[in-house]
Amino acid sequence: MTSETNTSKGFSIQGWYRNLARDERSVVISYSMIILIIIAGATFITPNFASPNFLTQQLRIASFLGIIAAGQMAVILTGNIDLSIPWTLNLAAVVATSVAAGQNENLAFGVGAAIAIGLIVGLVNGVGVAYLRIPSMVLTLGVNAVLKGITVVYTGSAPQFQQTPEILSKVATEILFGFLPFAVIIWALVSLLQYLVLSRSGLGRKTYAVGNNEIASYLSGVKTPRVLIMVFVLSGVLNALAGLMLAGNAGRSFNEMGDPYLLPAIAAVVVGGTSILGGSGKYVGTIAGVIIIRLLDGALNIVQVSPAAKDVTFGLVILAMLFLYGRAEKVRE
Amino acid sequence: MEKELKEKIPLLEASLVSKRFGNTIALNEATLVCQPGSIHALVGENGAGKSTLIKIVAGVVTPDSGMIKIEGHESTIQSPADAARKGIVPVFQELSLLSDLTVAENIFIVNPPRNQFGLINRSKLKEQTEALCAGLGIEHLDPNALIGELPLAQRQLVEIAKALSHDPKLLILDEGTSALSVQDVEVVFRMIRRIRDQGRSVIFISHRMSEVEEIADTLTIFRDGEDVGSFPMGTVSHEEMVRLMIGRNLDQVFPPKPAPAQEREAMLKVEGLSWDPKLHDINLTVGKGEIVGLGGLDGQGQGELLFALFGVLRGVKGNIRVDGQRVKIQSPSIAASKKIGMALIPEDRKTEGLILPMSIGSNAVLTVIDRLLSQFGLVDRSKESKTIKKMVEQMQVKLESNNAPVRSLSGGNQQKVVIGKWLLTEAQIYLLHDPTRGIDVGTKQEIYQLMRQLADDGASILFFSTELSELVGMCDRVLVLYEGRIFRELVNDQINEEEIVSAALGLNSTRQES
Amino acid sequence: MVSKMNSGQRPGIRRLIFRHFRVLIAFAIMFALMGVTASLNKRFFTPAVITSTSNQSMTLIFAGAAQTSVVITGGIDLSVGSIISMCNSLASALFIEPADGEPVNIANIIFVVVTVLLAGAGAGLINGLIVVYGRLQPIIVTLATSSIFSGIALFLRPRPGGYVPRIYGDILTRRVGQLLPENAFGAEPMGLMAFLENVFDFIPASFIFLLLVLLVVWIPFRRSRLGLWVYAVGSNEGAAYMSGVNVNFAKVSAYVLGGLFAGIGGLFLTAQTLTGDANTGAVFTLQSIAIVVLGGTSLFGGSGGVAGTIAAAIALRFIPNILFFARVNPLQQPLWEGAVILLAVAAGASRIFTVRNRLDTMR
Repeated sequence: MTSETNTSKGFSIQGWYRNLARDERSVVISYSMIILIIIAGATFITPNFASPNFLTQQLRIASFLGIIAAGQMAVILTGNIDLSIPWTLNLAAVVATSVAAGQNENLAFGVGAAIAIGLIVGLVNGVGVAYLRIPSMVLTLGVNAVLKGITVVYTGSAPQFQQTPEILSKVATEILFGFLPFAVIIWALVSLLQYLVLSRSGLGRKTYAVGNNEIASYLSGVKTPRVLIMVFVLSGVLNALAGLMLAGNAGRSFNEMGDPYLLPAIAAVVVGGTSILGGSGKYVGTIAGVIIIRLLDGALNIVQVSPAAKDVTFGLVILAMLFLYGRAEKVRE
Repeated sequence: MEKELKEKIPLLEASLVSKRFGNTIALNEATLVCQPGSIHALVGENGAGKSTLIKIVAGVVTPDSGMIKIEGHESTIQSPADAARKGIVPVFQELSLLSDLTVAENIFIVNPPRNQFGLINRSKLKEQTEALCAGLGIEHLDPNALIGELPLAQRQLVEIAKALSHDPKLLILDEGTSALSVQDVEVVFRMIRRIRDQGRSVIFISHRMSEVEEIADTLTIFRDGEDVGSFPMGTVSHEEMVRLMIGRNLDQVFPPKPAPAQEREAMLKVEGLSWDPKLHDINLTVGKGEIVGLGGLDGQGQGELLFALFGVLRGVKGNIRVDGQRVKIQSPSIAASKKIGMALIPEDRKTEGLILPMSIGSNAVLTVIDRLLSQFGLVDRSKESKTIKKMVEQMQVKLESNNAPVRSLSGGNQQKVVIGKWLLTEAQIYLLHDPTRGIDVGTKQEIYQLMRQLADDGASILFFSTELSELVGMCDRVLVLYEGRIFRELVNDQINEEEIVSAALGLNSTRQES
Repeated sequence: MVSKMNSGQRPGIRRLIFRHFRVLIAFAIMFALMGVTASLNKRFFTPAVITSTSNQSMTLIFAGAAQTSVVITGGIDLSVGSIISMCNSLASALFIEPADGEPVNIANIIFVVVTVLLAGAGAGLINGLIVVYGRLQPIIVTLATSSIFSGIALFLRPRPGGYVPRIYGDILTRRVGQLLPENAFGAEPMGLMAFLENVFDFIPASFIFLLLVLLVVWIPFRRSRLGLWVYAVGSNEGAAYMSGVNVNFAKVSAYVLGGLFAGIGGLFLTAQTLTGDANTGAVFTLQSIAIVVLGGTSLFGGSGGVAGTIAAAIALRFIPNILFFARVNPLQQPLWEGAVILLAVAAGASRIFTVRNRLDTMR
């Protein structure tokens, strides 16, 4: 799906841009947006905004959202949505910290338990959508409510160990060599995996196909239920991983720790140029979407605007990006 | 004197209208003149441009060029609502009814009767509907039934009643009678004759020639986006009409059939296949190297039969044997597996055959993507591009780039991609659902050649077509379906249009069940 | 066949049940849970308990009505909760506390109510205009506007608090009997008067308020041509357009109606909490989607209505009551709520096993 540009008649930026497909244009737009935010931040807020230190910290914090958005994007590509993010990651974090009980040597069990939870949640969501044909929006909403119930019962019925083992905290917070946060390495690994899955693997091709036209995919011999289950499992596992990282970041697990990540995750995917209807969007765009959301937040934090102005700005930026992408489509039609 | 002059002004005059969809020219400077007080039939093969022209007249499609005059006044028709204001009301093949609303609500959706508070007056709505139906001769239609609860034929009657409730100057019926029984067609014909007698007009499109001859006063023939002749009814012979519609000599089109074979080895054998209520006790065999046609009127279960074989339908009874082995096909992925080797060219290439926004290459390899993986489970890109190249060359797809969306291709080239992606699977059994519908003559020829080539190479083909000439020209045997059963099997010189048509209508003078 | 035309039709009552099956299920669940609650709580049928149950359901009911209006068009509104927050914050910012000894300023209360309703409807109008004329997906548009509306809420009420007149809260949340002037039925009511006094003492004012809203807003909408058009658009937008329906107008109107209902929800929440809080509405967004589905409105649009949504909202309110009186550990309450939602949602999927063409499940 890479585009070939006609270079025989010389190169011009407009010509190059015009030759791009819609999803490629949105990648260009979203990365331009990042540069714009950094320049604007450095010019109008503080020169520090463009400093490596600041950006490194922002990237570290962005990795948590980045891991969630990676899973959410795969689900959205199939034309579905996963609203069970908050309590999947919450339950995974709570169980992991209590299994590990603050001991580094138990961490492996905690991680295993968390991943298993993500896997099971993904399977339930996937089977419900693929075979029972329950609209994903309400199914994952219901699953989220049940997971919340399980978490509350689990955390409330007996004393739990909520502190994370030291290693986990280090993974989430440590910055290697002064510029490379460990969390970013994990996000990069997840991104590499997700890029390979979506752009290079058979599953990825089928994911785009199902998102564009499930019937034609099914009639072409694609095992569409399997594709749907796989993307939900992927999302579940990545949510669990994000739960671990967030617990490590805070030093402990706590209830409602996932709630602030649901809507930003969807926003990041869409701001990164993925169509909410499914079937189109590039993974590199989602990375940009995550960074945009993070940098906006960071910038508004520095200027210490009121939470009110922050919310309004977020909404306006999402709308603006949508209009930019929407216009791109109009021109082509 | 003045009155006479007025009557000579055509109700509708569409001149030199052109319309392109992507690379396909749907209409090429077509002209249609419709006089008041007439029933004007449009005939032509599928894709000849009739539907596009009336969609333009009805405000659904905007023309690229051309002029439209209504009662002598030049006008542009901006939307269906605008057309309705100008007195043009269409009844389309794709129903415009809302299945969650009642019959009465559907009919009077634009202007329902209201009480003094501005709210819909339900009892008056019911009365008006009953009065309208009674006036039109439609009986036993419950105004409060939901459209979704009604059988297709009744929905079609509601659709026509709805159109007539607007008191149109020009009523357009696009295949408006195709779902109706003989009695219901009579009801509709009475309605439109009355419209004509009131000095208004009807444009009538039907693929049933007998209906056209019974009802129309004037006839315009379309071919390849152009109007190729317009006559008062009864002034041209059947042969002449057919010649104008196809514009070529029939027997040149199809590749030569091989001599009738002795005993063929059975590739696909179906025993006692049923799927209530559409299919009953279907028994058929397709031999290796054989093209078996499926004939019959639209909607006699042919599409369901292909879907049943391909694993799309649930609750299918009966046995299917492939190459002697009994198989259970519960999904298209099983049907397409190497073990069974089936391929389906579905009815609607835009929604079922292709993924329009995706590239030609991605569409082509979708059926074989699992065979293109390298050892790490990733798609081997060089293998992929070789595969795409192979398909493009084999099918002679005319394209600018493999990466262009398949939507950008013409209809014929799109269909080539649909067929090509299945050739890549090296399937042995091909189920074809009207594969040449709406595509240009040249591509049709190529598809015919390809089908014969496949058969000669040993593949088995089950071929459903709505075009009689194709069945006659291509098939080694023809099975005619009627109400979900195989009504007749035609072999050798029985394969001609008369036999197929009479069997399709359920007539059986020379009954010889096999 | 003309003579067989009646074959597809069902007689009145059976047809009605068949048509509104999912709404009836919602009512059945509501009455079942009400029965369980009443059997566990001997004091259920006392004025106080009934009134508090009604009050606790009411904001969710209006949030559900707001969501229903939009879902009927086949859209979705993720900004319902934020509009409720915004309206609650706006109300708390506009009420003027009278100086000591001064009477409550009635004109101010009316002004607040009207302004808040306009703000709610205006928020819906913005949603509708962006969705229709921006040609963007409702889910993502309302996600963005939800952020904007909650920002406005925070601007109006950065910290919880603010003044809300006591009398305003009383009018909406007490019992009708308590609101009537003393001795309305005579000093020592007898016979019919005594009976009436008892009846009115039983009826929550919030219930009357709900009936009033339905009578003034929902029923006229449902029975107007506009209402018909909104259902038509949700049923099949293309066919509605072909039929001459003003699709854009119908869609925008549905969003405006949704905003109006959310505004009413904000007004009620203000009466109930007697304070302003910019975060108070957030929980209602996802809950409203759940009860819309439980109430039998299809997420694909075209069918359903607020009746089922109301039943579903009330049913959901009974769950904590039941758990309380069944002496279930309060910690289990969210789990049971979640389980009921999930089960009800999954039950709606049972029809899948009757679909015989697998492609039909994918359309």
